[in-house]
Amino acid sequence: MSALPRDAARTEAPPQSWRLRRSGLLPGFSFTFGFTLFYLGLIVLFPLAVLLLKAAQLSPSQIWGIVSEPRALAAYRFSFGASLTAALLNALFGLLVAWVLARYRFPGKALCDALVDVPFALPTAVAGIALTSLLAPNGLIGRLFDAVGIQIAFARPGVVIALTFVGLPFVVRTVQPVLLELDPALEEAAAVLGASRLQTFLRVLLPAIFPSLLTGFALAFARALGEYGSIVFISGNLPGKTEIVPLLIVTKLEQYDYAGATAIAAVMLLLSFLLLLAINLLQTRTRAARAVRK
Amino acid sequence: MSVTVRNLTKRFTASAGSPRAPAVADASFEAPDGAITTLLGPSGSGKTTVLRAIAGLEQPDSGTILLDGVDCTAIPARRRGVGFVFQGYALFAHMSVRDNIAFGLQVRKMPRKEIAERVDELLSLVQLEGLGARYPKQLSGGQQQRVAFARALATRPRVLLLDEPFGALDAQVRVELRSWLQRLHAQTHVTTLLVTHDQEEALELSQHVVLMRAGRIEQVGTPHDLYDHPSTPFVASFIGGATVLRGRVEGTRAAIGPLSVAAPDGALEGAGLQAFVRPHDVRIARATDQSAVSLGKIEKLVRVGGFVKVELRLPSGEAMTVQMAKTELDALGVAEGDRVLVDLLAAKVFVEDYSI
Amino acid sequence: MRTHSAIAEPGAIRWTLTAFAVAFLALFVALPVASVFLQAFEHGPGAYLAALTDPEALSAIRLTLVAAALSVPLNTVFGVTAAWLIAKYDFAGRGVLLTLIDLPFAVSPVIAGLIFVLLFGAHGLLGPLLSRHEVRVIFAVPGIVLATTFVTFPFVVREVLPILESQGSDQEEAAVTLGASGLTVFFRVTLPRIKWGLLYGVILCNARAMGEFGAVSVVSGHIRGETNTMPLHVEILYNEYNFVGAFAVASLLALLALATLLAKRLLGDGSHGGQGQPGASQEAR
Repeated sequence: MSALPRDAARTEAPPQSWRLRRSGLLPGFSFTFGFTLFYLGLIVLFPLAVLLLKAAQLSPSQIWGIVSEPRALAAYRFSFGASLTAALLNALFGLLVAWVLARYRFPGKALCDALVDVPFALPTAVAGIALTSLLAPNGLIGRLFDAVGIQIAFARPGVVIALTFVGLPFVVRTVQPVLLELDPALEEAAAVLGASRLQTFLRVLLPAIFPSLLTGFALAFARALGEYGSIVFISGNLPGKTEIVPLLIVTKLEQYDYAGATAIAAVMLLLSFLLLLAINLLQTRTRAARAVRK
Repeated sequence: MSVTVRNLTKRFTASAGSPRAPAVADASFEAPDGAITTLLGPSGSGKTTVLRAIAGLEQPDSGTILLDGVDCTAIPARRRGVGFVFQGYALFAHMSVRDNIAFGLQVRKMPRKEIAERVDELLSLVQLEGLGARYPKQLSGGQQQRVAFARALATRPRVLLLDEPFGALDAQVRVELRSWLQRLHAQTHVTTLLVTHDQEEALELSQHVVLMRAGRIEQVGTPHDLYDHPSTPFVASFIGGATVLRGRVEGTRAAIGPLSVAAPDGALEGAGLQAFVRPHDVRIARATDQSAVSLGKIEKLVRVGGFVKVELRLPSGEAMTVQMAKTELDALGVAEGDRVLVDLLAAKVFVEDYSI
Repeated sequence: MRTHSAIAEPGAIRWTLTAFAVAFLALFVALPVASVFLQAFEHGPGAYLAALTDPEALSAIRLTLVAAALSVPLNTVFGVTAAWLIAKYDFAGRGVLLTLIDLPFAVSPVIAGLIFVLLFGAHGLLGPLLSRHEVRVIFAVPGIVLATTFVTFPFVVREVLPILESQGSDQEEAAVTLGASGLTVFFRVTLPRIKWGLLYGVILCNARAMGEFGAVSVVSGHIRGETNTMPLHVEILYNEYNFVGAFAVASLLALLALATLLAKRLLGDGSHGGQGQPGASQEAR
């Protein structure tokens, strides 16, 4: 709601101006602007620029050689595939959890709501060793699957499970507030018009929450692509099989192959940046839609 | 199709704080076939709950809802065949105007071609031809309102239920849409129930008013019944302006200071009473300079168009508002500060209960 | 709240969905967390305490505290400044700035470590300069602090910004018209209104700083007793099959995570709105 008056003010102000919002009353613009840019530049932008600079020192054919070697390609494929699978699982389970938390009352609901944030707060190394010890062939759960010949830890399923764990809060926490804010009259209107609950869900609710679901999916996917801490324990790290891109970078670095590490990292960085842009665009649109609905 | 509500009671579970009184308590009334019936009352009087119960959006704790004499209390909302226009319209933001209107037909699996025809028919009925491809947020409030009507009417409902349909609109648009609704009703003749807290809206739109207060029905009748023969002090004060004066029963008269009107039959001698005086049921006359008695002092004259509101102070200290034509006042030749004679043409008298 | 009887699912569906969601959370989240504590105490409290009081473990705990103590205040000052800037002023490039601030969230922690190696490492851009003055950044504490600061960069901004934005600038502008200076406005008007949200942002930033693994792993060099933080120590112990030791140290980190979540409950997290109570941070006063 608070977005409306500000948006109105924004359209009044000429876009080229660097003046303050509204009456231009608050002091401190130059200081806060200067300090923010300085610190951002020092901690984030300059170091990241060095990475791109180093990558630029390599010739295009060198870069191509590095990023297209079979081991790198296999790592890309594995990282991408596992992250995508995990993000899809998160979209599915995240929607389910968000729905149940937003709509139903049941004993232990507050605890469940708190559990959703655990993967966000729990250090990844801790998650990594906990999941690995549970899912290893001699672990509490891995044992059950090992008995029927399915390997989870040190194989693809383990990686997907760890990435799903890590990405869980993103979908739930983007979808849940949208579900809570939805006007119940929308569903009532659908009911009075003769729609069944399933029809109402598919045709009225799902389209309304879809942008937030997509945002959550993209956030979980981006997080999964970069994840290192938990995967390093559970993946088994077999080059060409269960090796993820971040691990490949570390391996190259440990072999003092700075060029290799830089080239692969630069490709990943570019990819992450594109994802981030897409997510920000999505979030802006979701927020605009929510503002309209209010 | 007539709508009958019998002994409807609905109590909401208190979510926080104190337990609540029932939202609707033992409400019974009938909305005649083909007419516009208004559920009128202040906010919190339970009128919206009654409407939602008729639609099947609330399950009553007790009582029955009959559509054309058939009990449908247990029938879920989606099978009741009613149309509902929500206060905030509840249009589906991600669907175009056409898709909004078509929704009820699509979920009924009506053939595509018939849906398209029906939607065109409705777009012209609500005068939105050419706007079918727009999205709700691209329309003005009044246009959104009409889309909501079209969507509710698309499935040919037996009853149209309107929950404060003009509540979110500017005063001017409200007035325009009121006459539009009357024309629409003249074309469709669908039995309509309208919830409003605006008495002017109720009196203008319908011949049948159900007046509610605190979950109970106070009076049912035509606007004239409610205005001329209010059955309770609340009805008298809620419908139309009235000055409330206190008095006492003296013989067959209700004495209000030096004024008096006929007392209701069977009133106990000496019982306290409240008299509701409409602004146009008072006559004033210029007090001659010699006259010893003067009954009121003109405190203020407020001119509203061709009428004048005269604010009087009676000897008892009570204030009274009188309304008269400008020409009438000019003929009297009185001004602010003057003392005038006051005469009551009529008043609705309620004798206070002494039952122990 | 009305009870929306007309728009509720049948009980069977409701309970099935709830059961699936609860089972999922129990299996995917609760069980792993519980297993950390179970395995830490597998050989009794004696072994647990011994693992924690091991000199190398103590040194890792100390380093983790030092890194957090340096990077969290830095990011707090920055976070509040940047949030104020973005919320209170309108300027070209505001959206770009916000995206840039989010960058560390999107960058893999491994890359976060790598950039500091490329900058300060022996073969890095500033490597020769540093070695001439015998300053060590990589494989030393400064590198760990830098990498930690990078990965926890956006946390405070992201918690404080929504609160500032939802509050508007009316009260600040009123203070200015009453003659207050910029700093006075901030400390007397703004800070009291955002303090709980800010505190939660700091706690979150701290949790991430203490738990960071990937970035720190790249710059630390894993020198035992010197450049090992708690998460790195967990890794070393686990890889040496010292499971009780690994899970004992991990249990401390898990406790930190649980305390962080408790703080979220207590302080109210307006930005996610998960509880549907924006402005809860104000009510907490």
